[in-house]
Amino acid sequence: MLSISNLGITFTQYDQGLRRKQLTVITDLDLTIQAGEVVAVMGASGSGKSLLAHALLGILPDNAQLSGTMEFQGEPLTPKRCEALRGKAIALIPQSVGYLDPLMTVGRQVQRVGQLNGLSSGAARTLANRTFARYDLPPTTRQRYPFQLSGGMARRVLVSTAVLTQAQLVIADEPTPGLHPDVVTETLNHLRELAREGRGVMLITHDIEAALQVADRVAVFYAGTTVEIAAAEDFARGNLRHPYTQALWRSLPQNDFVPVPGNQPSPENLPVGCLYRDRCAWVTSECEQARPELRFVRQGWVRCIHAER
Amino acid sequence: MLKGEGLWFRYGARLPWVVRDRTLSVLPGEVVGLMAPSGYGKTTLGKLLAGYLMPTRGRVTLNKQLLPSRGYCPVQLVFQNPELSVNPRWRIARILREGHPPQRHYLDALGIYPGLMTRYPHELSGGELQRVAIARVLNRNTRYLIADEMTAMLDANTQALIWKVVLEFACQHHVGVMAISHDRPLLTRICQGHTIKLLIDSIPASLAKA
Ligand code: SF4
Repeated sequence: MLSISNLGITFTQYDQGLRRKQLTVITDLDLTIQAGEVVAVMGASGSGKSLLAHALLGILPDNAQLSGTMEFQGEPLTPKRCEALRGKAIALIPQSVGYLDPLMTVGRQVQRVGQLNGLSSGAARTLANRTFARYDLPPTTRQRYPFQLSGGMARRVLVSTAVLTQAQLVIADEPTPGLHPDVVTETLNHLRELAREGRGVMLITHDIEAALQVADRVAVFYAGTTVEIAAAEDFARGNLRHPYTQALWRSLPQNDFVPVPGNQPSPENLPVGCLYRDRCAWVTSECEQARPELRFVRQGWVRCIHAER
Repeated sequence: MLKGEGLWFRYGARLPWVVRDRTLSVLPGEVVGLMAPSGYGKTTLGKLLAGYLMPTRGRVTLNKQLLPSRGYCPVQLVFQNPELSVNPRWRIARILREGHPPQRHYLDALGIYPGLMTRYPHELSGGELQRVAIARVLNRNTRYLIADEMTAMLDANTQALIWKVVLEFACQHHVGVMAISHDRPLLTRICQGHTIKLLIDSIPASLAKA
């Protein structure tokens, strides 16, 4: 349904002296999502996962240029098409109620989503009511304002906004941090249900455990590049291919809790060759020659020339 | 010892209680994990212990004295979102210079590289800014640290890095730490080797040392 290959995003910036500067923040990003599938997009902040969402929603700033290809349902996704599909065929479940209109009751907001998707106001209201019932939101929720919602209720209202669309692709942006484990599980189950209805779900997260609880596949981003696409089972099975993914897994508190030293390189000085080479324990001189290509290794994708070891 | 005794809090006389009758304490060098369901008032409790809010009833004491009302508070609070704790108009170097500048080796350990110094908060990633917020409190005047979902927004690697530095600092300077989180594996891990106190649903549950 969604297929992204070699996506690049470059910003044109002007310095103090009005000198033009090109800043490439995403290089060689790859991702596919099938209907009925939950794919987690995982990475540190600054790895490019939010920018990808912005690109898909057509909300990148004007000074951004795209390269590579993005296809949605077999047709190229141009920024114009993204804009036209936003909130309809491609919907976002925002990170917090901060994205809702603070001055409008949540009932009206959810209903409005239905209307924007072509329903009459009566039909939209009925569907909104049914959706609130489906998520165990009491009828009084409709009259509440966003700030009056508890954490768990807020999550359910935000999921409702996506359900009212006919979206084939739902993007959930960091839905879990700081939530009680029960609410996390509930939220993730809602995403799974959306996939069961035949939608594709992209879960943007930095939380490995949340990702593994619900995702079929996990795409790991690093410094604007896809370094690995693995099946969710590959983590516990020890079938990870990229040293960065392995390090992330080991750094969990229930595993070794040991960080890899160093930083993700900033877009201003990306190294030549592999973007992970200054932190990699396997590095050889070949790693400095060129960016590794994405390769198929042990049933998954990896961008590392030594992934077979 | 940092102690909160019989703490009650509400935002106004007619508003519901956010914190009801909580008593808890942290010893120097101790790491206490607090995990509790929504509605327990964990975040408010953290703010009371750090002197951000005054309890409606009860009191917070540090070595039997009330917290100082001016100057650098020996009890420092680090939140989930660093944006709220730094001045958006200052460059990072100035943010770090304010108060008690952190020692060089903490900056290095936290991966705060020189290139960050001339930037403004909005030019940093969430993970970078949180490391700056933490570096600011790693100085000798901090005696207790309240970490409220301090690493909930960060990836596993950055989380492990930050806790490594913070726990080393706490151990070296005998600083007491209270970690508030929903992440049980995290709390179990950071409380390891210290006095282990995992408060769940207000019932203290001691865990065997791993
Ligand atoms: S290509 Fe080389 S430096 Fe990059 S991840 Fe693989 S081994 Fe490490």
